[in-house]
Amino acid sequence: MIEIDQITKTYNGVSVVDAVTMTVETGTITVIVGTSGSGKTTLLRMINRLEEPSSGEVRINGESTRATKPHLLRRRIGYAIQGHGLFPHHTVARNIGAVPKLLNWPKDRIRTRVDELLALFSMDPEQFRDRFPAELSGGQQQRVGVARALASRPDLLLMDEPFGALDPIIRARAQDDLRRIQKALGSTIMLVTHDMEEAIRLGDRVAVMDSGRLVQHGTPAEIIAHPATTFVADMVGDVERPLRLLSLVPLSEVVEDGAATGDGLPADASLRDALSSCLWTGRTAVPVERDGAVIGRVTLDAIRARAELRA
Amino acid sequence: MRIGVILRPALVLLLLALVLKPAWFAPVFAPLVPEGTPVIYARSSLLSLSLSHLGLVAAATTAATLVAVTLAILVTRQAGEAFRPLSRTITNLGQTFPPVAVLALAVPALGFGAGPTLVALFLYGLLPIFENAVTGLSTLPPTTMEAARGIGLNRWQRLVQVEVPLALPVMLTGIRLSVVISLGTATIGSTVAARTLGEVIIAGLLTSNTAYVVQGGLIVGLFAVLIYDALVQLEAHLVRRAGG
Repeated sequence: MIEIDQITKTYNGVSVVDAVTMTVETGTITVIVGTSGSGKTTLLRMINRLEEPSSGEVRINGESTRATKPHLLRRRIGYAIQGHGLFPHHTVARNIGAVPKLLNWPKDRIRTRVDELLALFSMDPEQFRDRFPAELSGGQQQRVGVARALASRPDLLLMDEPFGALDPIIRARAQDDLRRIQKALGSTIMLVTHDMEEAIRLGDRVAVMDSGRLVQHGTPAEIIAHPATTFVADMVGDVERPLRLLSLVPLSEVVEDGAATGDGLPADASLRDALSSCLWTGRTAVPVERDGAVIGRVTLDAIRARAELRA
Repeated sequence: MRIGVILRPALVLLLLALVLKPAWFAPVFAPLVPEGTPVIYARSSLLSLSLSHLGLVAAATTAATLVAVTLAILVTRQAGEAFRPLSRTITNLGQTFPPVAVLALAVPALGFGAGPTLVALFLYGLLPIFENAVTGLSTLPPTTMEAARGIGLNRWQRLVQVEVPLALPVMLTGIRLSVVISLGTATIGSTVAARTLGEVIIAGLLTSNTAYVVQGGLIVGLFAVLIYDALVQLEAHLVRRAGG
């Protein structure tokens, strides 16, 4: 569990981060979202002490981050940034193994871990281990950057706009990968983004920052349904709120018995996909499939019922 | 590229022949001097002069590299930034002084021989190495530096594992410039009795023996060209490895 307690950063009398308090549960993804200048990156950088807080404290599993020297603290906290920041003169394997090496892991244990991580990110170890970062595509570089951050099984993984430099298709894949890997490893992740879409897609919890203050911290559904301030409502985007809400609900939650015509959708697709499919093909219901077999249908009425603002 | 494949070994062979078997070239140089004058410099062995010449350059460049790179590292740290203009002025001064003047001034203090030449070459070599090292160390990719700090490398580890290796190709360019300047400049060391290939050239000038001048000049020139080329290859190799 990560406890952020009244943490403040002041530059020349101006508070960039103003008395932020929040708790991050182990094994969850918390996305900090805000406009540029909202203090979200500074908040993240205070957790691994790349910036020293002016006041307040961060505790990881009950232990204050002040108790450890900054560079030793950072070896326990994964860190992935926009534009990956890989070491261009080291191979992929050496990049990923950087932190375990700092922690004096034995060589064969590092090698095993590197191969394990490459496989986890769908990159063939044989093929990629000895390449240099410049020989990889943007998406591959980014995956190696995240693999490096995860290499030593850190207590916490901090990510600062990790997908910012990727094109939309690669970005969506990277987000799915991160979700999958986080579930598989049970990692605790704090991720900073300016993109509410990304926050809703990835976060178990979303924290919205505005001018240095934490204005709302809750589940994506809460943020969409009950924005605490007009700023949050603006970030969510009024017009898109019902659609964003629908994108959070998998078909398996509202599937009902009955038949429907046309192509089916998988049970883990979202209601937003189902609505889109209904509108596009002029149907009032779509079949829902699991492992190729139809298990029921989702109707337009059911979708409408979930999209209504329960204010 | 293809021309280099043939030219490089050819020049190496030519240089080796000039140094080891100077007598072979007597017919080539003979037309340059009046009949009866010696064509090939024989007062001391060209091999020992070459080795001594290269030794002086190597010693001066090594010392200049150590000092200039150390200085560059210090002034690119946050604490040393204030000293950057000062150290730049000092190294600039080293290059402003003509080497001949340095030789003349150093002789009373150090006596005749290799000493004054070493001092002149050292001072003259500082600037290019220092300037390039500072450029290399202050233009590192910011995301890589941020990540290096973020994953827990301490200052020393960042310097040794990231900053110096990444700045190395640019530093090497400075060293290359310095070496080539020194190879040429070392010849005037013979005016104060340092054993360099300048001895051959100066002997030629004093006795109006064009063959000596050409012989000495040719050897120094070939050394400069070949060493320059070798260092260019090394830089290219390092840049390729760094994925630049």
